[in-house]
This record gives sequence, C-alpha cells and structure tokens, in this order.
Amino acid sequence: MKVGLFVPCYIDAFYPRVGIATLELLERLGQQVDYPLGQTCCGQPMANSGCNSDAAAAEALFVRNFERFDAIVMPSGSCAHHVRDHFDAIPQTDAVRHVRTHTYELVEFLHDVLQVGDFPWAEFPHTVGLHNSCGTLRALRTASMSELGEPPFSKPMGLLSKVRGIRFATPARPDECCGFGGTFSVAEEAVSARMGLDKVRDHHDAGAEYIVSADSSCIMHQQGCAERAGIPLRFIHIAEILNGARE
Amino acid sequence: MKDKRIDHAGAAAAFIADAPHLAFHDERLWDMRQKRDAQMHLLPEWQELRTLASQIKEHALANLPEYLEQFEENATRNGIRVHWARDGAEHNRIVAEILQARGATTLIKSKSMVTEECDMRPYLAARGITVTETDLGERIQQLDDQLPSHIVVPAVHKLTGDVARVFATHYGTDPKADDPRQLAEAQRQAARPVILHADAGMTGANFAVAETGTFVVCTNEGNADLSATVPGVHIATLGIERLVPRLSDLGVFVRLLSRSALGSPITQYTTHFRGPQDGGEMHVILVDNGRSARLGMADFWTSLKCIRCGACMNTCPVYRRSGGLSYGAVYSGPIGAIIDPTFNERKYSTLPFASTLNGSCTNVCPVRINIHDQLYKWRRVLVDHHQMPFVKREIMHMAGKLMGQPRLYRAAISGTETALGTLPRFALYNWLNPWGRHRELPHPVKETFHAWYRRNRSAPGAADTEKTKTDPTKTGRTKDTGQ
Ligand code: SF4
Repeated sequence: MKVGLFVPCYIDAFYPRVGIATLELLERLGQQVDYPLGQTCCGQPMANSGCNSDAAAAEALFVRNFERFDAIVMPSGSCAHHVRDHFDAIPQTDAVRHVRTHTYELVEFLHDVLQVGDFPWAEFPHTVGLHNSCGTLRALRTASMSELGEPPFSKPMGLLSKVRGIRFATPARPDECCGFGGTFSVAEEAVSARMGLDKVRDHHDAGAEYIVSADSSCIMHQQGCAERAGIPLRFIHIAEILNGARE
Repeated sequence: MKDKRIDHAGAAAAFIADAPHLAFHDERLWDMRQKRDAQMHLLPEWQELRTLASQIKEHALANLPEYLEQFEENATRNGIRVHWARDGAEHNRIVAEILQARGATTLIKSKSMVTEECDMRPYLAARGITVTETDLGERIQQLDDQLPSHIVVPAVHKLTGDVARVFATHYGTDPKADDPRQLAEAQRQAARPVILHADAGMTGANFAVAETGTFVVCTNEGNADLSATVPGVHIATLGIERLVPRLSDLGVFVRLLSRSALGSPITQYTTHFRGPQDGGEMHVILVDNGRSARLGMADFWTSLKCIRCGACMNTCPVYRRSGGLSYGAVYSGPIGAIIDPTFNERKYSTLPFASTLNGSCTNVCPVRINIHDQLYKWRRVLVDHHQMPFVKREIMHMAGKLMGQPRLYRAAISGTETALGTLPRFALYNWLNPWGRHRELPHPVKETFHAWYRRNRSAPGAADTEKTKTDPTKTGRTKDTGQ
C-alpha cells in the first residue's frame, strides 16, 4: 500500500514533532510512506469560513499531490473531515472522489485499516486525559458520543490502552468542545478562550498530567489557554505516544 | 438605513467578564443537558422516537397546505375562529381587532415565541392594551424590558439577586430578598389579581392537530391554563409549522419534548384545547411570518421541524458561555443562528459564525435537525451574499490564493521571502491579534516538518514536481525540532 502523508499547515509550522512521529510510526508499522513536498493545506480554513470558492486552489493542489496514493493519512481529524465530507469547491472528478474516499485520520487508519494490535515500543507512565476533537468525535465518529447514548466505544482509547504504563483521567464533560473552531478562535476570541480554559481545568481537576489528542489544533489552543492560566498540564499528540515518546 | 450587524462576539465577551453569572448560566444549562441524557438512557427507543418525530414533521411540512386547511375546517367545526396572518403586522392587527371589538384593555398571556417574533406587546401598548406575561421567567423579562434569553427558560441568565432587583423596582419588594420561593410568591401575589380581572387571555401552542382541529399547550406553571380559561376569551397564536397530522402523533412528540427540554418525563400540564368554553370564545391565529419562504429553502427548510425544546441551546458550549441576549434576536442559540438570518440576513449575519461547528446540537435535537450542517451552509450563503466583513473576506481570499501555490506558501511560512507582500499584512495581524488576549501563542520551532523531511527523507520527495527552495540556514539538526 502506498501511503501519502499529509501534514497540515499548523502542524508543519508549530508541531513538526507530530509530523515526525506520524511518519516514523507508519514506517515502523511497515508502511511505504511518501510526503509530497508540494503540499500546503486541505482548504478547510477557507471552506469553514463560508469562503468556499477560495478553498478551490488548495483543494485542487491537494488532489494533485495525493491522487497517486492508495491511502492518504493525516494526524488531524478536522482536515480528514474536511476532505471526506466537505471538499466540494472543485468539480468532483474521479481523482477527487478517489482522494476523498481514501483519506484517513491517523487513528482511523491505525485502528480500522492496519488494525494494529500492539505498540511494543510504546511506554507512557503518566496519567492522560483524552481529548476527542469534535471532528474526530462527531464527524469521523472514532468514539461514541454522549448525546446519543450509544454503547461506549473509542478507537483512540483502544490504541492508547495498548501503551505500557499509561493511565487515564476522565474529565467531567469529556465530549465538550474545547472552543478552537478554526477562525472561530479569533473571531469569537472571548468565548473560544473561555471554552479552552474550562476544558483544561476539567482535565486538570480530573488528575490528568497530559492532554492527549488526535488534533494538534485543539492542542495548540488548549496549551495556549493552560499556559496563560498557569495550569500545569502538558500536551501531546496521540501519534507521539504511539510512536514511543518518552518524556 | 442598513441594519447593524449583531456584535455577538462583543456581547459574549461582556457576558464572560461577569464570572458569577457565567458560572451559574453554564452550570444550570449543563445540568439540564445532563438530566436530558438521563431521560434518554431510560428510553431504549429514544433514537427511534427522534427518527419518527423527524419523519412526521417532514411529512407535515411537505403537505402543509392540506394539513392547515384540514385543521381550519375541523377547528371551525369545533367552534374555534381561525385567522390567518401573513406576517407580524397582520398578526398584531388581528389580535388588536379581536380585543378592541370586545372593548378589552387587559390581556394576560403565557409564553409564545411567535408573539415575540411579531413584537406584539409594543403594538398593543400603543393601542391602550396592557399585556401581562404570566410565565414567571417571561414576566421577569417583560419587567426588565429584555427579550427572552432562552426559549424554555427565558430568564436563565439572571441570578436570583437580579430578579429581586427587578421585582423591587416594579413590585416594591425588598431588593435584598432573593429567596426563590419568596420571589415566586411575590410574582404570584402580583399576578393573581391581574389574571382574575383580565379581559382576554392568550397562549401559544406546542402542537396543532390537523385531524381533530385541536391544539396542545405544554407548561410547567399552569399559567397557560389560567390565561386561556379565566377571561373567557382565548386567543392562541401559533406558527404554521406547529401542525401534526394525527392525534396519535402526539405520543411521539410529548414523550420527546420535556425530556429534551428540561430532562423531565413530561411537563406538569399538557392541555388539549378542543374549543371555546360555554359562553366563551376561542381564536387561533395561524402565523406565517416568513415560514413559507423558509419552507422553500432547499438547505434550510428542515429548521421548521423545530419543536422549541431548547436542547440545542442547553448543550451548546458557545451559548452557555455567551448568554441568549448576545444573539440580539428573538431566537438565540443554535436554532436561532439558523433561523434568524431568514428574518434579516445582514443583521444576523454574524450568528452562524458564533459556533465551532462541534455538532452537539444536532445530536440532541429531538427532531433531528442537522443544525451544525445548516450553520456551515449559512456561512456559504452569507459570504455569497456579501455579508462577511471586508477584511475577513479579503484575508480568506488571499489565504486561499497562497494555499494554492506551494512555492509562495513555503516562502511565506519560512519567512525567507516577502510572499506576504500581496497580503494586507496589517489587516492579517490585527485580525489574528485576539488570539493572544487570553492565550499564549504556540512555541516557536527551529524548523518546519517540511524542512526536517527534506533533510531526513530526501529521496522520495525528490520525485516531486513542485520544487521548493532549500533553506540554507537550517542544516545539521536531526530530531531536535525545538519542542
Ligand atoms: S432545533 Fe431541535 S434541539 Fe433546538 S430547540 Fe428546536 S427541536 Fe429543540
């Protein structure tokens, strides 16, 4: 299987270690991974702001970069959600359809496609609070949603529970959005930051040392809120833990 | 003059700055959401009920003219006088005519969002008719001259101390007496004589049944029953989307309504109105006020399925932290954000952006309205209709261009070229500034992933057609990315 790695712009610029962990992890798992150097963005920021026509160039470029792969994997739930569910600023050619139906968020890819049974190299002797971004939770559905009362399941938790030494803290409002929301984070700065503060407090009160998430955008926001408020939490992407990060 | 855009973000910031109110508001509504969840868990058929409710509503809406006529025919047979109001003005005129023809100058009413929509109270006041709200929360809001901030609990943004102050001003009670029981008693004492001597009464309706020509009002305070029955003249105002085809359909809706709204199995009172009392009069006003037009909107017509339970507001993390008044509209929260723009696109153009698109609203909605999808779609419509502020629009336009050109993009983020020359830099930075107001910025890193990859995995990338320049300043490091 030829895997194309998409590293979203904010991970590229602010969390390169997440891109590296994703790449190394996929390689460890025997995947042939290529990172097309001409990539930029999936088009989500423009599309989510209603400026769909402005997402066209990014979407077209994304397809040019990734149409040759059997699977397109990205350590970002919201980008995967955009490509799969919204990506319609450009004509829906066969190449576009291929890209849209072969795009996976990292956890989905590990859990559903590769069906990874264990991560023998991974050990993380810390208490972590899992943050499911709304993209992974309610759009990609990688975990059960509290509003629906469905039988509990969690793909990220399933993967993390294979990591030696890891312990989990459960916040009081596990499904509550952290308030990042893309451009919402600046357009509605006060609400966004308050939601972030409430989120990190909830995890901290539950006893988490780390917040782990499959979305670095939520992490970037929550980390900013925690640091400002002086809440001693650390933040880590799920790819880093599964790739054997030791801190 | 053009209507000013609602400054939701600004109003929300003010709401958040008031810590005690914010904490109470968030917790009170979250508690309602928790109680709703508990009720859901008691009913294994919950999701089936939601599906049924959605299907019934969609069917009723798709055949609305027939059901409305059926309702009119049956209601008329029951002795109810049915009126049709195209818009708010017509609605208010009809109400005034009914009242004036009977020399009525006092009207008691229970909660009705439609009358808020029609802005009825000032219209009647100008004609010498005094309207008294009998729902406690609604009365508090009336006395305080504010819109309801929530469609089920209209004064939920107020602490008991606020209510005590409002009552002190209007009822002359002790402004420091903020015991909820005492406050409720003060309202009862003030309302009783008004109710007993009112010339006419008004209610809304939660459901109107086409096959029987009857309608149903659900309340917890029993005030609707007093408003409807004490004066002898009962006017019920309802939006045309309240119609359900059959009486048995209520078995679905009544089970969902209060569980979704307050997390109680049923409202204290579920009153079926079948016709006027002996010697009395009953009027029903069927109000369109933009609903027919909404029904014709391919992406938004299902918002008419709404049964006004407020569950989407209770679960909305943005609503809980911004308060209903920040929406500057009769309907606030997620449901407000998708229907308010149908009343005034420019004025309410900011509301569909007052959301993280997290989707919790859609999941709790008892009639399965795809609320967050509609928020997303409204953004497109509003941008297409030039309702996005210029600077934001321009930034998105430039960002979109940049994202389509990998070389420019690389240059821009590595800072080695002034690719941002075409971007209105000052605008971009001013717009991004708010990030840092309550948050730290992400930590700087020594190199991007892209640069790391070029140094460490050059071979596969070399096959790439889109070449980028190497950054000569970034060599000799391997896994140290500065984090
Ligand atoms: S949109 Fe749905 S959840 Fe919101 S008030 Fe209406 S019925 Fe209730």
